[in-house]
Amino acid sequence: MVQKLDTLTETPSQTAGPYVHIGCIPSFAGVEGVYPEDLGLRAVEQGAKGETITITGSVHDGTGWTLRDAMLESWQADAVGLYPGQDGADPKVNGFCRFAADKDSGEFTLQTIKPGAVPGPDGTWQAPHIALWIVARGINTGLQTRIYFEDEDNSADPLLARIEQRPRVETLIAKKTGDGQYRFDIRLQGDGETVFLDI
Amino acid sequence: MPKWMPRMTDARLIPRDRSAHPVPRDPDYKTSVARSPNLPLLSMPSTLTEETGPVFGHGLIGALDNNLILNFSQGAAPAIGERILLHGRVMDENARPVPNTLVEIWQANAGGRYRHVKDTYFAPLDPNFGGCGRTLTDENGQYQFLTIRPGAYPWPNRGNDWRPMHVHYSIFGQGFGQRLITQCYFEGDPLIDRCPIVATIKDRSQIDRLVAPLDMARAKPMDFLAYKFDIVLRGRRQTMFENRPEGM
Ligand SMILES: [Fe+3]
Repeated sequence: MVQKLDTLTETPSQTAGPYVHIGCIPSFAGVEGVYPEDLGLRAVEQGAKGETITITGSVHDGTGWTLRDAMLESWQADAVGLYPGQDGADPKVNGFCRFAADKDSGEFTLQTIKPGAVPGPDGTWQAPHIALWIVARGINTGLQTRIYFEDEDNSADPLLARIEQRPRVETLIAKKTGDGQYRFDIRLQGDGETVFLDI
Repeated sequence: MPKWMPRMTDARLIPRDRSAHPVPRDPDYKTSVARSPNLPLLSMPSTLTEETGPVFGHGLIGALDNNLILNFSQGAAPAIGERILLHGRVMDENARPVPNTLVEIWQANAGGRYRHVKDTYFAPLDPNFGGCGRTLTDENGQYQFLTIRPGAYPWPNRGNDWRPMHVHYSIFGQGFGQRLITQCYFEGDPLIDRCPIVATIKDRSQIDRLVAPLDMARAKPMDFLAYKFDIVLRGRRQTMFENRPEGM
């Protein structure tokens, strides 16, 4: 026998199931009047500094089918790379947003500002990115990934540098489709499978 | 001045022990088969992105938000069902309380029916039950909800699968990397051991941690029973000193 550690083990995850919207975005699910409004409706408030951007996309399963029931959350820094709560961060940037795939088309939309670069480990800088967390029925532990931008310099990003199969880097890079418009599709499995993170 | 200065830090998140979590793909939970990645996750130490996260203030929380018996009717009429207090503590892996963190729950009504367009089970809706609640933990990491015990319900998976009575939980923690969604089950429910979603967790002792015991010490005579559901989120590495270039 050995001494006992006094650390605890994390509570296991369980799938968010098909009705996650009731708990997290009840108005979206048609459960009105419990809260004044759903949590995390806006990543930024009017007047946030930086380039206003819209990211649209969808989440596909291993057969290519588009999920209609996914819920996503995003977390990001402000235009100069400060996270909410850090000294000097833009008070108009909430940083956090919740959004769902459309019930009919499966398309999601994130309206926000382009974040700045943020410090990484060991004096490195991480290219501008938005952290994403995806939950749905059939996803047993929420999937973490990131959105980077094709019109930024991603060459020195420490996370992207870790991806051995270089073509897979592309799965984390939003494609510019117009002025302030980006496309970011997520593939849970198979051809073009998105790089998911264990951070 | 020395070039390297020791800096007090405990920011890095403890890497997630994936063996304590469900397997991503389990043929007995059919939907997981096409929705789970084929390729390994990319592992990396946490960064500021995962170590920071949204903070919610007490201004967010309404008086009835953690009372699912009354919050849908806004106090006008109580929901039908077995009245229970669901309470517990949110801690991290270092056994430290996680204060002021948002806990959200959702559940079926006493008959096992969700208030959701996609739920077509013929158990009736309760006109006074919405099925969502939220609260912030106090300075000791404690939280509580007053609700009704949800009913078990059938679901399309294998020929005759039923979900045990359960309450879905969403917890934020203090960094986006601590984000967790799980489910709370109830002591004594024979459906727990037959549920393919529960069985995606392969470690029996980890399943047991999702089963809330009856807690008569917190039950209120002639009013409600109580169940206790404690939650542990990822902790931060307790390295006391780390060498960093000065000014970083
Ligand atoms: Fe459920």
